[in-house]
Amino acid sequence: MSTKRLHNFWTKWRWECLLVLLIVVVAFVNARASNYFLNSTNLLRMTSDFIEIGILILPMTFIIVTGNIDLSIASTLALSASLMGYLFMSGWNIWLAAGVALLVSICAGLLNGVLIARLKLPALVVTLGTLSFYRGLAYALLGDQAARGYPPEFTYLGQGTIGSTRIPFALLIFIVLALAFGLVLHKTRFGRYLYAIGNNKDASRYAGVPVDRILITIYVLSSVVAALAGFILAARFGSTRPDIGLGLELSVITITVLGGVSIFGGSGTLVGVVLALILVAILRFGMGLMNLQGQVQDIVIGMLLIVSILLPTLIERFRHTWHWQPRMLWQSLAALLVLVLFISFFFWSRSLILFR
Amino acid sequence: MVTETRAIDAPHRGLVQTFVRFREIGLIAFIVVLAFFVTLRNPVFLTFNNLRDIVLNISILVIVALAQAMVIITRGIDLSVGSTIGLSAMMVSFMIAAMPELSPWLMLPLGMLIGAILGSFNGTLIALGRVPPIIATLGTLSIYRGLIFLYSGTKSTINAYEMPPAFRQIAKGAPLGIPNLILFAVAVAVIVFLFLRYTRVGRDIYTVGSNPDAARFAGIPLQRTLFLVYLISGLLCGLAGVLWASRFESAQNNTALGFELQTVAAAVVGGVSTLGGSGRVIGVVLGAFLLGVINNALTLIQISPFWQQAAQGLLILLAVIVDATISGRLQRMIGGRS
Repeated sequence: MSTKRLHNFWTKWRWECLLVLLIVVVAFVNARASNYFLNSTNLLRMTSDFIEIGILILPMTFIIVTGNIDLSIASTLALSASLMGYLFMSGWNIWLAAGVALLVSICAGLLNGVLIARLKLPALVVTLGTLSFYRGLAYALLGDQAARGYPPEFTYLGQGTIGSTRIPFALLIFIVLALAFGLVLHKTRFGRYLYAIGNNKDASRYAGVPVDRILITIYVLSSVVAALAGFILAARFGSTRPDIGLGLELSVITITVLGGVSIFGGSGTLVGVVLALILVAILRFGMGLMNLQGQVQDIVIGMLLIVSILLPTLIERFRHTWHWQPRMLWQSLAALLVLVLFISFFFWSRSLILFR
Repeated sequence: MVTETRAIDAPHRGLVQTFVRFREIGLIAFIVVLAFFVTLRNPVFLTFNNLRDIVLNISILVIVALAQAMVIITRGIDLSVGSTIGLSAMMVSFMIAAMPELSPWLMLPLGMLIGAILGSFNGTLIALGRVPPIIATLGTLSIYRGLIFLYSGTKSTINAYEMPPAFRQIAKGAPLGIPNLILFAVAVAVIVFLFLRYTRVGRDIYTVGSNPDAARFAGIPLQRTLFLVYLISGLLCGLAGVLWASRFESAQNNTALGFELQTVAAAVVGGVSTLGGSGRVIGVVLGAFLLGVINNALTLIQISPFWQQAAQGLLILLAVIVDATISGRLQRMIGGRS
């Protein structure tokens, strides 16, 4: 009985268990490699670098669970933050400016949602278009200027700590939001509808799931949350430039997929996604302590993403339908040779300039 | 045209062909109307020099958008094109800076080889590893971009003075009276056109995209075709990287950053369906041309360059909306597949 329960637990939470294991390993390695890792001040300060991404992955999980995608979140974030900054610079009250920016973000989400749900356009193409469009509007608003001079009650959103503790206020926002999103996804009918849509959109429609309305709702939700993340980011920097949050969508999608959400929809848990966030955060923090450049860190994150998808598939195939053919030996040898030659050329040609 | 009509009964062919032609006629009409209004505001637009500038500006985009189109036709996407271009440009610039005595024309095959290796890595992941294209190329987007930073190390830029003047001639020379850059784009367009239309692999690309299961039953080597498409995409990006370095006489860590979005935009505006199986070379070329015209027009009518990106995004949205509403109506009319 107990082994059966254990087995059920394992099949249901396999991915999350693996993530926890990885987190423990990375934390252990980091702690051994640097004395500055297990330091509560550092760790808490580090969290603020991942708050915005953390907030953005919550609605992204909803969207990917339905089998869709939203590439425009970082641009919506920039549009809202820029509009807020623009209005503030023209003399508006900061909260009023933020309110208007929030309304605009709702419109941005509506446009995405209506085009995808009602006109049945592919989410990838629609949000690719709005990625350019919203980011372009942000540039049109602020140009090469930066909005700055936000009042302290606003910058508290991104820089403040709770009471006399060192816990960032934004971390509290993230935790509250994560709990709310988790409860909605796993404990409500709305959440179950999301999985249903992701598994089979047409069948859900016939079963009476209001597919269009739900899709529009989650795209609006995504944009509103992006606006909120934009405010926090602007508050943290103390200024807004139109390139704020550029390229953030890729990190967000990477973490969501790493968290076990299938890109085809229908599966994944919010627990897994939050664990993936923690994993990426401490991995990057550790690499930062080792003085690795941000873009070089991207290599590791990119590999992690690919391996996390590749490995389960390969294991499945090894188990079931694997016929060894001599052809494969030659192919793998050729691939290995190409790889080795490429790596040698990479380092050799690099040394020609760097160490002459 | 054969491809788009394949799934539809013979009697309706005339109509569908009209639509497929309409797609490109619509694009041309849009360009002409746009050109008309821009010329009213600023007559410089229709001068020979300006038109040549537009074509020069989109030449690299055409090459990579065609690669992207082939990938999208197979229902995939290649998000790593910008990083592949950047890495190829950086490695080639290092080589030419280290060995200026080498013939710069050697850099073309070198860049293409680098691109092909990077592309075949994508292809292996997708065809053999069954990783969804968007995930695999999202990963390699980061990996290849990171490799550029790792490669260039403390030297984040190769500048014009470090490159031999002959290297510049690859893109800028005009021995035939037309700049080489344009000739490259035309040559690639013609080759891709012939490849997609007349070779077996080219036809397989469409079949795999319109129905992967049917393609497998028909004995088409699905995996090999996918692998080849990503390899070709990488190869063309490698070529584009050499041209990029030669044209701008420099290679930086952020060369071609974000270029993938423009290539997808050109392909989609040019009528390549993201559902796979359809798309034509002439459409992609026109799509890239339209993007070029819009960027040029915004400058000429003195709209702030900061509006360019917004206009580009709006254009993509308009293109897909028009496409969806028209093709939807058409399909209801002929009662074809829905």
